[in-house]
Amino acid sequence: MTTPANNLVYERPEAFTETPTHYCPGCTHGVAHRLVAEVLEEMNITDKTIGVAPVGCAVFAYNYFDVDFVEAPHGRAPAMATGVKRVLPDRVVFTYQGDGDLASIGMGEIVHAAARGENLTVIFINNANFGMTGGQMAPTTLPGMKTSSSQNGRDVETQGYPIKVSEMLSTLEGVGYCVRRSLHDPKNIRLAKKAIRTAFETQVRGLGFSMVELLSTCPTNWGMTPVNSLKFVEEHMIPAYPLGDYKISDAIKQIKI
Amino acid sequence: MQKEIIIAGFGGQGVLFGGQVLAYAAMDTGKDVTWIPSYGPEMRGGTANCTVVIADHEIGSPLVKNPPLAIALNLPSFDKYESLLAAGGTLIVNQSMVDRSAQRNDIHVIMVPCNEIAEEIGDKKLMNMVAMGALLSALPEVSVKDVEKALEGHLPARHKHLLPKNYEALKRGFEHAQKEWDKVPA
Amino acid sequence: MPKELWKGNEAIAEAAVRAGLEAYFGYPITPQTEVLEYLSRRMPELGRAFVQAESELGAVNMVYGAACTGVRVMSSSSSPGVSLMMEGLSYIAGTEVPAVLVNVMRGGPGLGNIAPAQSDYNQAVHGGGHGDYPRIVLAPASVQEAIDLTVLSFDLAEKYRMITMLILDGAIGQMMEPAEMPEMKPVHRQDFDWATNATMGKRERRLLTSIYLNPLDEEQTNLRLLNRWKEVQANEVRYKEYFIDDAEIVIVGFGTAGRVALSAVRTAREQGIKVGLLRPITVSPFPTERLSQLTGQARAFLVTEMNMGQMLDDVQLTVRGRVPVEFYGRPGGVVPFPDEILNEIKRINSAPTAGHTDARDAWLTRMTAQV
Repeated sequence: MTTPANNLVYERPEAFTETPTHYCPGCTHGVAHRLVAEVLEEMNITDKTIGVAPVGCAVFAYNYFDVDFVEAPHGRAPAMATGVKRVLPDRVVFTYQGDGDLASIGMGEIVHAAARGENLTVIFINNANFGMTGGQMAPTTLPGMKTSSSQNGRDVETQGYPIKVSEMLSTLEGVGYCVRRSLHDPKNIRLAKKAIRTAFETQVRGLGFSMVELLSTCPTNWGMTPVNSLKFVEEHMIPAYPLGDYKISDAIKQIKI
Repeated sequence: MQKEIIIAGFGGQGVLFGGQVLAYAAMDTGKDVTWIPSYGPEMRGGTANCTVVIADHEIGSPLVKNPPLAIALNLPSFDKYESLLAAGGTLIVNQSMVDRSAQRNDIHVIMVPCNEIAEEIGDKKLMNMVAMGALLSALPEVSVKDVEKALEGHLPARHKHLLPKNYEALKRGFEHAQKEWDKVPA
Repeated sequence: MPKELWKGNEAIAEAAVRAGLEAYFGYPITPQTEVLEYLSRRMPELGRAFVQAESELGAVNMVYGAACTGVRVMSSSSSPGVSLMMEGLSYIAGTEVPAVLVNVMRGGPGLGNIAPAQSDYNQAVHGGGHGDYPRIVLAPASVQEAIDLTVLSFDLAEKYRMITMLILDGAIGQMMEPAEMPEMKPVHRQDFDWATNATMGKRERRLLTSIYLNPLDEEQTNLRLLNRWKEVQANEVRYKEYFIDDAEIVIVGFGTAGRVALSAVRTAREQGIKVGLLRPITVSPFPTERLSQLTGQARAFLVTEMNMGQMLDDVQLTVRGRVPVEFYGRPGGVVPFPDEILNEIKRINSAPTAGHTDARDAWLTRMTAQV
């Protein structure tokens, strides 16, 4: 007979609080949160981590991580994180931002934090829309995709094309680690976790700016079931936003996890 | 006691530094002083000016509309400050850069060939110090010695070797102005 | 320390360093750029944080982040840049963290010009950022005062967990005056019980945010801020008086407009006019009590500003019609000369107004007639 402890296959990471998340059923924010929490725990850096929450669905990220948190104005998390990290360089500082926050209103802040090579880790959730305000078009919305503010589908003639953030930031010298992963199935979730781990390892080693872009679902605003949302990521998001390693500096390639 | 001095000329003529040296000299002799430049794009290649106020009390306005004392290192400054100078005031004019004589007769206009004197000393950049020497002939509150000390105390170390020539420029300017004053009918 | 000739902007930068400034984030804009330039050299040589941000938005949010860790942090800018910073200012106020911001004001609105102005009094004192929040605003009139108030601003910001702004016009930023620097103060990180500097395994986690989704919680926050403001009003009012003892006409002016008025007051006194000057040093909190007392002594007030009459409203609110209030302003980046204010003093002295006409309207009529 086995003890209950031996039966344990799943538990709350210590870097999580006991607060239940407010995310919609089927949303992958919870998965992304858990991966970050597991990495903090595995690296034993929870105590010295300071998170920077965005404006968007993840505005309440600070309720779920058992670390110090500050809450940034919309899009300004990389600037705020810069302020924290520059005065506390021995702490681990990460931002957690959606695509409206990071790629729309906060494009200036993210590009320059990356260009300066700020020793920060950015978890970038790309779900192709503004989730919190009710599913409006984001810079990452796919061509033709219907949102509450592109009701006939995103018309690239008038609304332009999606921004590929990882590709763009990977051109900057200050970036040490910049990859895109997806959260649509277990295999990709495992790869995403490894990338998040590498991103934090990049930071603790002082190897420059690190970002993991995570293709995510938004079943509520996409008007799909959770399962169909995962299929949408696989069939439509990944072709538009290819998964891959956009920049891994030589020093980071040496990191063994 | 309060005296206001405006120093004006082209950017690059040492207008702002000249004013600072005067301000240092005033400060070092225990007076209150303000130095304020014209700033911004107008500094780039155009005319520059600074206002120095010296007083033995807390200075109010750092700017003055009708100064009793001014240095005009070029023609536009001569045009401007000849008309603005307070009646009875003294205007030091860099004769090397103007092609006319004074029009007002209720002010003292002291013409000094600053460029030529500076070139005789061996450095045309000293033209501002020649004018400064001339100004001191009308500013008894600050002596040539005070300005020499200010130069010694505040000139960057890499320029210290230029001190003797600066002293010479001050002296020559002062002496030239003295001669001009002697011509003024009592 | 002996007096040195300091330029206003550089003096503020050095004073901040000596007060223990640990981080500076800024962006170039005339006429405050010397603060940024000076600190770009000074901060790294002391091993302290300096970042030239991508914009004023970036700068103020870097300030916000650093402020959350409890270190002494500041930024500086000029009018258009400060407008961009208003977002961050509101968040900093709502999060109740200390921060210092210097506004070397210029003529506006819009791009305006780079000449000295006091056009942002209302933005600094009465609002700017969104939401209900008080803030401390100091208005130096000389380089020495700029130094002293820079040092004070950090103490006040920390004491009251509040934004402290220095507003000065370009003239004070650009001018040089003899001034004495304070001794270099070693950086002393205070162990604030609110700072988010990571738990390091020694305490419960902390959260700093300006979000209060429940309106009742936000209301409590607003009231807490107001109660703290009451303390500021009770303890931190500062002003300077000149020739006030027997003054029948009292000029109220801050910053450069105040010191230009001082020149006019001196000349008027020489001519036998009993005029004095009240120069607010804290424009927020405003020296309401003292001004109110002076209504029992003065037969007229003259407000002088380098704007269209912004502090004028605060003076009128305090005087409440008990004594006529007159106004003389030069907006747009124009610095008044003493003789302009002297003429106003003489006009008021020889023909006191009944106080029926709105002070700003009357001034506008006179200004329009001149042009």
